[in-house]
Amino acid sequence: MLVSNIKSRPVYGGLKVDDAARRHLVAAEGEGALAALAAFTGRPEAIARATVLYSPGGSAPQDHAAKLGALGFDDLFVMPSQPTLITRLNVILATATMGARLYAAGVEGFIGSVVAAGMAHGIDQASIRTEHRGSLARRVQCVHCKGMTDNVTVSPVVCSHCGIPLLVRDHFSRRLGAFQGVSIDAETPGDVPPAEELYA
Amino acid sequence: MTIQFKNETFRDDFTFSNSPEAIHRFPFPFDKDQYMYAVNIEQHMPGPAKSATEFPIDIDEHYVSEMRDRALVLKADPLRCQSQPHMITAEWDLVELLMESMAKHYPEHFTLTRDGDRWHWINRPLEIDQTFTFGDAATLPLPPMEYVTRQCQGDFCLLDQRNDNLWMDAGIVTTQADWSLDFDMGMNFMEWHGPVPLAHDMGVFDRALKFLLNLQQGRPVRRLNWTMTVNPRLDTSPENYHAWGIDRTTVTPENVGDKVHLRVELQALWRLPRSNAIVFSIRCYLIKMEELVTIPKWGRRLHRVLRDLPPELVDYKGLTRFRDTTVDYLARHDDGAPTSPGFFPD
Repeated sequence: MLVSNIKSRPVYGGLKVDDAARRHLVAAEGEGALAALAAFTGRPEAIARATVLYSPGGSAPQDHAAKLGALGFDDLFVMPSQPTLITRLNVILATATMGARLYAAGVEGFIGSVVAAGMAHGIDQASIRTEHRGSLARRVQCVHCKGMTDNVTVSPVVCSHCGIPLLVRDHFSRRLGAFQGVSIDAETPGDVPPAEELYA
Repeated sequence: MTIQFKNETFRDDFTFSNSPEAIHRFPFPFDKDQYMYAVNIEQHMPGPAKSATEFPIDIDEHYVSEMRDRALVLKADPLRCQSQPHMITAEWDLVELLMESMAKHYPEHFTLTRDGDRWHWINRPLEIDQTFTFGDAATLPLPPMEYVTRQCQGDFCLLDQRNDNLWMDAGIVTTQADWSLDFDMGMNFMEWHGPVPLAHDMGVFDRALKFLLNLQQGRPVRRLNWTMTVNPRLDTSPENYHAWGIDRTTVTPENVGDKVHLRVELQALWRLPRSNAIVFSIRCYLIKMEELVTIPKWGRRLHRVLRDLPPELVDYKGLTRFRDTTVDYLARHDDGAPTSPGFFPD
């Protein structure tokens, strides 16, 4: 589990199956499949009421999708990317009924996207069960142009939209599912320290 | 008393300055010669006549120019004003709080006439005359919070209370000390204070939150916060930091008295009657060093506070590049004499 002293960063409590749920909506990405497998293996009643959305991403060579398929979930959608997964999730949430429980597992930016989608459909963010798996790479929002840069493992990082070199602040927005990036050379134009690998 | 509103700027040519009366009523934030965080919350009771806390909502000589600056900020970046749909009742609560207070304490400038839900608002300095139906957003030219806060000095955040926490679910923020409303929208009290050093471990935010969750209607509270800003720039936002950050490198021994400003936030919190939300107002006051030292006690005291400030705070408040130059300037106005307790001039 990702341990952090960043006050605004959510605590990811782990993917515990809610036995009272009538429907389990599980969104997983990359290594997050292993969290879903660990939570649901040996729980046939829960598996029979589960809808799983999975985007393999960088874990495709491990073929976690086959393991998820072998478990026999009621419904399994293997999606080609995180954005298409979120699009599908939004469709499912739009017709979800009382008693549905939302789960998210994978890298932090993905969890943030799932939680944001849930909140947009009226789900209390505190009720969403989450587990961090995979890389510590951060999703960073440039505070200047508001553009998102995914899979950031270094600081400073150049904004992929406006090109400003950004210091990645230890400040996390759950709504945006992203850390804050702020110009690092505003007081010393052109003087950008070398990028350090911090969140591999 | 009629206020003479100044025509001045907070950007580009920076013509902002304080009249001698405005200097005298400046909310100086240090009641002794050193500073450390504290939960310095007190009842928002009327202060001395002509002081910044004489009335719950303070309108001063900078009003018209500050409202013009706010309009410029919003035009360039509409994300400085945001509100989630469930905050609409709190928005109307804010309309009532601000209009009632401004009309009651500054009747020569503002008039509010209520006939049931039919309200008539007159703002003479900004030449606004508006009749509307309270509770019906379609009868105002802008959403209620944005409408009224474009006519009131200070930033405003509306905090929803649920799950034993406060949530920043609406606000208008154009005079901020380097924090982003857009980024902090939807955060709870602990989250939006996340980047503040030292104070978490001191338990400051736990105690403050516990206190605020029990805030009672009709019993507003206030506290002062401070930092320093180079040039009288109201909009020191992170959004524009890449443009204004360079100002911090421009302070010299020759210009420090004119360029470096003490920036004080008079923060006040009210429980709102219909929504049970809390309004958090952050009113910014600026004073340049050469104005501040005209009050000898303040010159002596700020010298000692800045000189002895813990390094983490120097860094967090962004003073690193100009602190020493400012301390040297203020040292010339500190004869070592003892200072009297309390905030006010001798």
